[in-house]
Amino acid sequence: MFAEFLQYLFSGLTSGAIYALAGLGFAIIYNASNVINFAQGEFIMIGGMTAASLVAAGTPLWLAVALALVVAMLVGIALERLAIEPARDSDVVTIVIITIGASIFLRGAAQVIWDKEFHSLPAFSGETPIALSGATLMPQSLWVIGSSALAIAALWWFFNRTLFGKAMLATSHNRLAAQLVGIGVKRVLLASFALSALLGAVAGVVVTPITFTSYESGIMLGLKGFSAAVLGGLGSGLGAIVGGLIVGLVEALASGYLSSAYKDAIAFIIILFVLFFMPSGLFGRRGTDRV
Amino acid sequence: MTLFRPRTGGILVLAAIIALVPLGLGNGYFYDVAVNAMFSAIVCIGLNLLIGYGGQISLGHAGFFALGAYGSAILTGRYEVPPLAALVLSAGAVALIAFVLGRPILRLKGHYLAMATLGIGIIIHIVLKTESGLTGGPDGLALGDFTLFGLSVSGERDWYWMAGGVLLLAVWLSLNLIDSPLGRALRAVHGSEAGAEAAGVDSSGTKVRVFVISAVFASVAGSLFAHKNGFITPDIGSFFHSAELVTMVVLGGMASTFGALVGAVILTLLPQVLASFEQYEAMILGAIMMGTMIFMPKGLLPSLAGLIRRWRGER
Amino acid sequence: MGGFVRWRAVILGVAWACAGIGGAIASEPIRIGSFLSVTGPASFLGEPEKKTLELYVERANREGGVLGRRIELIIYDDGGAGEKAATFAKRLADSDKVDVLIGGTTTGTTMAAVPMAERAKVPLISLAAGIPIIDPVKPWVFKVPHTDRMAAEKVILDMKKRGITRIALISEDAGFGKSGHDQSVAVARENGIEIVADEVYSAKDPDVTAQLTKIKNTQGVQAVFNFGSGQGPAIVTRNFRQLGMSVPLYQSHGVASKEYIRLAGDAAEGVRLPAAGLVVAAQLPATDPQKPVVTAFKAEYERAFKSDVSTFAGHPYDALQIVLAAINRAGGTDKAKLREEIEKTSGYIGTAGTVTMSPTDHMGLSPSAFHMVEIRKGDWVLLD
Repeated sequence: MFAEFLQYLFSGLTSGAIYALAGLGFAIIYNASNVINFAQGEFIMIGGMTAASLVAAGTPLWLAVALALVVAMLVGIALERLAIEPARDSDVVTIVIITIGASIFLRGAAQVIWDKEFHSLPAFSGETPIALSGATLMPQSLWVIGSSALAIAALWWFFNRTLFGKAMLATSHNRLAAQLVGIGVKRVLLASFALSALLGAVAGVVVTPITFTSYESGIMLGLKGFSAAVLGGLGSGLGAIVGGLIVGLVEALASGYLSSAYKDAIAFIIILFVLFFMPSGLFGRRGTDRV
Repeated sequence: MTLFRPRTGGILVLAAIIALVPLGLGNGYFYDVAVNAMFSAIVCIGLNLLIGYGGQISLGHAGFFALGAYGSAILTGRYEVPPLAALVLSAGAVALIAFVLGRPILRLKGHYLAMATLGIGIIIHIVLKTESGLTGGPDGLALGDFTLFGLSVSGERDWYWMAGGVLLLAVWLSLNLIDSPLGRALRAVHGSEAGAEAAGVDSSGTKVRVFVISAVFASVAGSLFAHKNGFITPDIGSFFHSAELVTMVVLGGMASTFGALVGAVILTLLPQVLASFEQYEAMILGAIMMGTMIFMPKGLLPSLAGLIRRWRGER
Repeated sequence: MGGFVRWRAVILGVAWACAGIGGAIASEPIRIGSFLSVTGPASFLGEPEKKTLELYVERANREGGVLGRRIELIIYDDGGAGEKAATFAKRLADSDKVDVLIGGTTTGTTMAAVPMAERAKVPLISLAAGIPIIDPVKPWVFKVPHTDRMAAEKVILDMKKRGITRIALISEDAGFGKSGHDQSVAVARENGIEIVADEVYSAKDPDVTAQLTKIKNTQGVQAVFNFGSGQGPAIVTRNFRQLGMSVPLYQSHGVASKEYIRLAGDAAEGVRLPAAGLVVAAQLPATDPQKPVVTAFKAEYERAFKSDVSTFAGHPYDALQIVLAAINRAGGTDKAKLREEIEKTSGYIGTAGTVTMSPTDHMGLSPSAFHMVEIRKGDWVLLD
């Protein structure tokens, strides 16, 4: 019984850590701009696909990973410069549609540049399962969980200990006021896209050995990441992590104890319930109505 | 710009366009695309009440569209309910679902509301996919012609006039609703919920009512669409379709009934035009979406109207 | 709207003109229309299908076309959505005025186009597996691939041979896995095999150990059968080994391509699955009538695209050959005559097997179309 439960837990942790990492990127851009970037999943895809194709071409893994992160960041910067920056003063919905357009564009570009097949990366530290009280976990899952932990720590340090990070936070609270005290709002927005693209690529690289990657793999990860970020409370990095883990665990436990056909539905029902009682998510800022 | 302001003027122009378009439609395929565009337009006009006038997002309306479609398919196919009655019953059921869900969900704001409606849409999609005994599962479900007072609507031309009639009705309803007390309350809620409450508007009730109305628009369009195609799959309830519907509304121009219509027509035609570009189709579609929103952030129709107004002013 | 540039047509036209046989072919081209799921969740089927069609239409044109007429191929991508498929099928029939339709990558997209094909009276040859496409028989609708039922039968009979009576199913919840699942349940029941656990997963789930743990802890499971395609089965296979499960693992023909072995890696060792002759061309005995056909097709495809051939790539090849032969016999593209000739297809040896159609059988595949294979050392080993 316990071994069974533990295995569900491991399964949930594996998926949950992936969702969490995907959700973090949403949180960062939301913080800087109040915008949900629906192209976030595409950053994950670009990271995974770049690394996988480079490794397949004979590049050493570490170099392929490094290049994948750079490529994704450049795409993030280009997206902000070419599509978001010109529409900075528009409605949030308008910018959201722009990001949906961007995700369609990037997916289309990926199938032209690469192909429509699935690609994989070798696991970073072997494929021997780790056994624990009758349950098993793949080492790569630990890489995913570790990356999430590292990312959240790095983000905490960045937003609370560096001047630029603080400036980004300030901008999210009040753009005009931030501008008035001399914060370059433009630069903050650019940095937030670069940062979330980087995080997306990290996610793409560490999850590819588990889930594989293809030009379409960003869709599901983006959707789950968005769910994680909203459940946790938009703009909260910790919230995105907790939200992702909850979604992953609910799915695993639901398939284990209830119905695997309805596990996704059950996860969404849980999210709906949480939102009914906590309309700003688990760790979200309480919304203040401007009258 | 006087054309678009008074209620009757706009409707007359639209009626004239609907009457004249068939002159340019060469064959059944063009009719079919036109009919699809009009069905999308009906959904978008309803959705626009919610998004454009009410300021409330919904990423789940494809779910209501699909419920209408499957409601009609199941009721007519399995229980031999007449198509019109099936359409009304489905719309009634969707209204009830929207009403029950509306109150708790519409308390949420912005992206949280987007998440909740997205979740509802996905849950509906999962149910349609999974309950294959009733819905045929991912392989889909067939259904027969639509009959109206003993006459059967079949073939693209019949459907064109049918869809055109329903579209005019939808526009008329929408324009009337916007000018009704409910419409004014809705706009007040959009401006400021607290302000509206202070002025004695039941903001929650207003939002719920419009949510229900927009869901019914989607359901009716879904029922008709299902009969027109003769076959449906759960894909019509997917998240992509929901996102597409919202994109139509925003692209065409929020808070403009005719804008929603224009957005629906353009986004229905675009993939047909782009189909010839094969693998570049997605890139071009994405680029057009981005470009339109960057250069016309208020949407096509309001931005163009603004241009024309300015041009006239300069003269 | 009529003036879109048809890239495909233009490219083919140029290629054909360059071939320098323009003088010989003077009459109207034969128009073949195709709607495939080149993108979207079924792109792993639609993409190779599109490649094959293009490759072989170009080849047929190079060889002088059919009846001295050039072949024009028009392909639209329905993205896997039934509603788009219906519209594109209508476009092909009404606007592009095609003589025959090849397509419907999936059962859903095919069925969405069926009402139109029946009304417009255009022969439609589906590339999808679902039984509803041909049962009940619809005059204008045919299909070339095996049904999911045949794959399920192959697997269940192999289990029976090994004395297995209690099995677990784990299937993808989308089209391919779902219909395969339903067929497996029916076939298992007929053969007295009990399904003691029945789990599903979504196509893009990152981890399915929860479902597999449930199966592992179910008493008396003697074998596990996974019906799915894309990356899902590879994840199932890896998770299966991760949990140290030791009962036999069966896959469906949905993974009968080298991509699966590449993705699943060592975990795929010992997995059994039904595969079309095409996939195991090299291992087929010389006496197998399919051997020359599939060996030639496999070589041609892999040379042209530098990627491993899958079962699905063969379907449009078969469809095209059946259509071209029927056009030859009909002496033209009169649709009613063409339909009749397609129905009279007899003894055609293709990548899926031997096809003999009749007014009551619009698929006509011999049941021996599948071979049971086992994966050993990263390659297929033919079992029967």
